[in-house]
Order: sequence, then C-alpha cells, then structure tokens
Amino acid sequence: MAADPIHQFQITKLFTIGHIGGQEIAFTNSSLFMLIAVGIIAALLVGMTSSRSLVPGRLQSLAELSYEFVADTIRSTAGKEGMRFFPLVFSIFMFILMVNMIGLIPYAFTVTSHIIITVSFALLVFLTVVVYGFWKNGLKFLKLFVPGGVPIYILPLVVFIEVFSFFLRPVSHSVRLFANMLAGHIALKVFAGFIPLLAAGLGVIGWVGGVLPLGMVIALTALELLVAFLQAYVFTILTCIYLNDALHPGH
Amino acid sequence: MDPVAAKYIGAGIACIGMGGAGVGVGAIFGHYLAAALRNPSAAQGQFGNLIFGFAVTEAMGIFSLLIALLLLFAL
Repeated sequence: MAADPIHQFQITKLFTIGHIGGQEIAFTNSSLFMLIAVGIIAALLVGMTSSRSLVPGRLQSLAELSYEFVADTIRSTAGKEGMRFFPLVFSIFMFILMVNMIGLIPYAFTVTSHIIITVSFALLVFLTVVVYGFWKNGLKFLKLFVPGGVPIYILPLVVFIEVFSFFLRPVSHSVRLFANMLAGHIALKVFAGFIPLLAAGLGVIGWVGGVLPLGMVIALTALELLVAFLQAYVFTILTCIYLNDALHPGH
Repeated sequence: MDPVAAKYIGAGIACIGMGGAGVGVGAIFGHYLAAALRNPSAAQGQFGNLIFGFAVTEAMGIFSLLIALLLLFAL
C-alpha cells in the first residue's frame, strides 16, 4: 500500500507540558493547529476592525459580513433574546470554520476529524441548553417534551420519543461534523494515493493516467471546501435551534 | 461463524441505513429546489429550514454510521 489514508489523523506529541496523576498532558499537533486557528481568527478580527472606518474596506467588510451572517442566523432561529448567546455561537462558528478550512491545506491537520473535539462542543451546547433552560424557565422547561394538541392516549409515546431524541442530540450533533470531515479527508487521500500506485504499476502510461485521479482530487477539494463551510454552518444553526428550545420551551 | 467476521459483516449491513439518509437528503434538496424555482423570492427565507431538515434527516444516517463505527472499533 503506497499511502495509508488514515495516517493523516495521527496525533503526535510535540512536547510534554506536565503530568496530572498518571496521565501525561502533552502539546500535540492537534493543539498546535487549534492555536493557529485561534490566532488567525483573533488577528483577522482585531486587525480588520481596528480602523473602524464608516465605509468599510475589503477586510473590514469581511469581518462585518461574518458578524451579520451569524447574527442573522441567531435572530431568525432563536429570536431577539437569542442574541445574548451571540458570543458563544460566533466563537463556535468561526473556530469550526477556520479549523475546517485549515484542514484542507495539504499536510495540515484537521482538528475536527477527531470526535473528542466535536463531542466537547456538542456537550458544551447541550449542557448550556439544559442549565440555562432550567435556570430561566424552571420546571416549565419540561414542557419541551410535551407538545401541545396531542391526544392523551398517544401522549406517553410522544413524550418518550421527545425525551429520547433530546438526549440523542449531542450524539448526532457531534458525529455529523466529525464523520463529514473524516470521510471527506479519507476520500481525498484515497484518490491521491491512486497516483503513485498508477505510476508504480504502469510506468509512463501510469504517469499520464495519473491526471485522472489528480483531477478527481481537485474536484473533491472544491467539494470539501463547500462541505467545510456547510458543516460549520449546520453546526451553528443547530446550536441556535437547540438554544431556542432553552429560551422558548413548549414549541 | 467467526465472531470477528460477524462483526465486520454487521458493520457493513449497518451502513445500508446510510442509503436511506441519502434518499431523504436528496428528497429535501430536490423539493427545495423545485419550490425555489416556482417562487424564487421566498426561497432565501426558507434556507434555515432547509438546513435544519437536512440535518435532522442526516441524523438517521449518522446513527447507522455510528453503529458501524462502534462495531468496528469499540465492541
């Protein structure tokens, strides 16, 4: 086998920070790329908005565009009160988008292709919804599981399904992002791996024929660019919809 | 049957469920496109609903993929 398509997800230790109990706390390539993403986002947003001109330049309008994009998403799904969660949602969107985009650069590491990252985000959102929902609405939050206008004899089944699907939310929320990034990057590497295989097997004809998988890689990269943005957006809009349940339970 | 072989076969069978999710996602985007071509001015307002429907439909496929991954790596 010429190239292992799974090898790109290998976590390597760069240096050790310390030990907690018996567990080693290390600075890995995953942490490095997370830091790079946060650094780029901070530099872009601070640098873009520092001039604060009335007529925005190219970079400033990019910052304003991303602000308005996320703000519109929140307003349309969670209403005006949803804007109090704007910092959380905006951070999640920018981080996931930036990490996905960096992952598309060859030899870069895709942080979101590890389920522990996406599960952390999904659980953060899930716990925010549960804690804030009970804190703001008290026990009325449980009305979320009892939709109105349902006949009494079918209600137990509906409540069961609602509770069940509520607890499955973090699962689908996290696995969606993780599986999309994982599958996309494996597909890229598999098609890229065909090129050296062809060249090794068929010689000159293989080198010429390698243009076909190369074209496929380019097309897949374009598709992955769309997927990287779409999954960041899907994660954000689902976050908003779940937060809406905490703000306005009872459908 | 060899339990390891049964595990791999089960993972393969579990992935069939993703086909259903593919059908569902295709139906959602197809119907959105059909409706958007009938009334393009109303299409932009329904983009959020489109993504939400896509996400909920895809969740079913994700659960079958999850079973496959659990069979392969966790159990």
